[in-house]
Amino acid sequence: MADAQASARAASGTVAAPTVRRVRRGETWRRLARNELTVAGAIILAVVMVVAIFAPYLSPHDPLGMNASQLLQPPSREHLMGTDELGRDVLSRVIWGARISLYVGVISVTMAVVVGVTLGLLAGYHGGLIDDAINRVLDVVFAFPTILLALGILAMLGSSLTNTMIAIGVVYTPVYARLARGTTLAIKQREFVEAAVVSGARSFRIIIRHILPNVMAPLIIQTSLSLSLAILAEASLSFLGLGTQPPDPSWGTMVSTGQALVELSPWPVVFPGLAIVLAVLAFNLIGDGLRDALDPRLRS
Amino acid sequence: MTRYLIRRTLQVVPVLFGVSVAVFLMLRLIPGDVVDAILGSEGTASTERLAQLRAMFGLDRPLYEQYLTWVGGVVTGNLGNSIRTSRPILPDILARLPVTFELTALAMLLSLAAAFALVMVSAVLRYTRTDAAVRVLGLLGLSIPNFWLAAMMVLGVSMFARGILPTSGYVPFYTDPLGSLRSLLLPSIALAVANMAILMRMTRSSMLEVLRQEYITSARAKGLIERTIVYQHAFRNALIPVVTVAGVQVGYLLGGAIIIERIFALPGIGTLILNAISNRDYPVVQAGVLFVAASFVLVNLIVDVLYAYFDPRIHYG
Repeated sequence: MADAQASARAASGTVAAPTVRRVRRGETWRRLARNELTVAGAIILAVVMVVAIFAPYLSPHDPLGMNASQLLQPPSREHLMGTDELGRDVLSRVIWGARISLYVGVISVTMAVVVGVTLGLLAGYHGGLIDDAINRVLDVVFAFPTILLALGILAMLGSSLTNTMIAIGVVYTPVYARLARGTTLAIKQREFVEAAVVSGARSFRIIIRHILPNVMAPLIIQTSLSLSLAILAEASLSFLGLGTQPPDPSWGTMVSTGQALVELSPWPVVFPGLAIVLAVLAFNLIGDGLRDALDPRLRS
Repeated sequence: MTRYLIRRTLQVVPVLFGVSVAVFLMLRLIPGDVVDAILGSEGTASTERLAQLRAMFGLDRPLYEQYLTWVGGVVTGNLGNSIRTSRPILPDILARLPVTFELTALAMLLSLAAAFALVMVSAVLRYTRTDAAVRVLGLLGLSIPNFWLAAMMVLGVSMFARGILPTSGYVPFYTDPLGSLRSLLLPSIALAVANMAILMRMTRSSMLEVLRQEYITSARAKGLIERTIVYQHAFRNALIPVVTVAGVQVGYLLGGAIIIERIFALPGIGTLILNAISNRDYPVVQAGVLFVAASFVLVNLIVDVLYAYFDPRIHYG
């Protein structure tokens, strides 16, 4: 009831709404800060982001620089993670790989969020034919295993970083559309939306001002989990030779090229793989923490 | 039940139609067209040769006509011929089906068994360190890429168990069942880990929800020990939502099998698709993707029907 009153006040534009939101936001932050695993995830992610942003300054060697006299060297002072089959410094490549992984993850998930949420809001708010049409398309996309669909798209478009982002963006779009549609269907029945409709507000304004803010909580949780999946997908596609192309230092490509010689020298495979695990784990930990903090069913 | 069965089966028809349209249109994503893409690697071709090839692929006809011809072939079991080998595609897919099927089934069995065992321990000892360790294990399982895990397993076997477990190749089940299981043990573990993590997290939260219900409280009030409550009263009910997730996870396993088959040199459908991609054998890519997607849709149909059959609370009307 209190929730409905707060929402109604928010709809009518009184000053109470920002206060309510601020209190809730503070509560959410406190819940997140109390969760040790989420804090661990945030620290790992912060490290990965710093490494990605400052790669040119942190990388001890040129990630593409080959050295025929230093092939498949084990870790040493000069090369902390050893060297690969072309004598390139594995640490430098892992550092630059963070940039590619985060870049592909963020861009592709942003694409999926923008397209998916727009479709979901339209379908949920308008219903009828628009809803039916969008739902049928989503059903079809859901019928494909994600990696298979991404493979199919890349097989046709050709392998490149941009096409990898498009493929990953397309496969994760339906998740956001379903999420936004479901939440919109529930929200549009609420009194504050009906009040806005009766007061003559236009559909666009109602969707942006009243529905979208209420879709945000599940979206934030899903985005964190999708980022982990997108990083895994990029690594998998690059591993198969269809994502980031050599010599660019993608973690997946590094595992792929090092794999043939893994028995001779495991380092070019071990470290990029650990980097993937850490980055994906960070997003999963944060996603779990966000779900616990934002999901009202778990609050009780 | 019969009405439900018919209705659920009919729901599959538009999805399969949509899948066929999407797969058909996939070839239209190629910059230029399929003939340009194939000949791109073979240098220049005369206009006559280009026209001849376009006619061969039916590209000179209207799009709907091309689709009807193609889908007509698919329905009658003709998935077309490979550009590279000129052989019909369907027999190639069917020959590779047992490998992918066996790998996927084994991975599903392993992940279900491991997930349920861990959830049992986690539920009996919930909110203890053991439970926390199981939860962290679940998160780790979700975060480890299957191809990296596979590479690490190959490395581990080469260091500690050389000759005991094969790290590549496949032995058909009908020639040597035990040898077949041995050849698929490492690949199926690599494929199963993430799936196990997903199923475990799902079963755990379902189990915790069931353990909060009144009939569990009354079982406790009767003096039953926690282990009996978890094993005999909670587990079966906690499994119900997991069944549908397991169905969806078949899709994940089929996708993952493509990568795992490549690493362990298994001659499955995934290897067929990947080889076709690198050979620009587009009709094979198209047929492989269609076959896997259609299988996924049908598996989900079967799971939904089984779910309705086993859960008496589902209304069939």
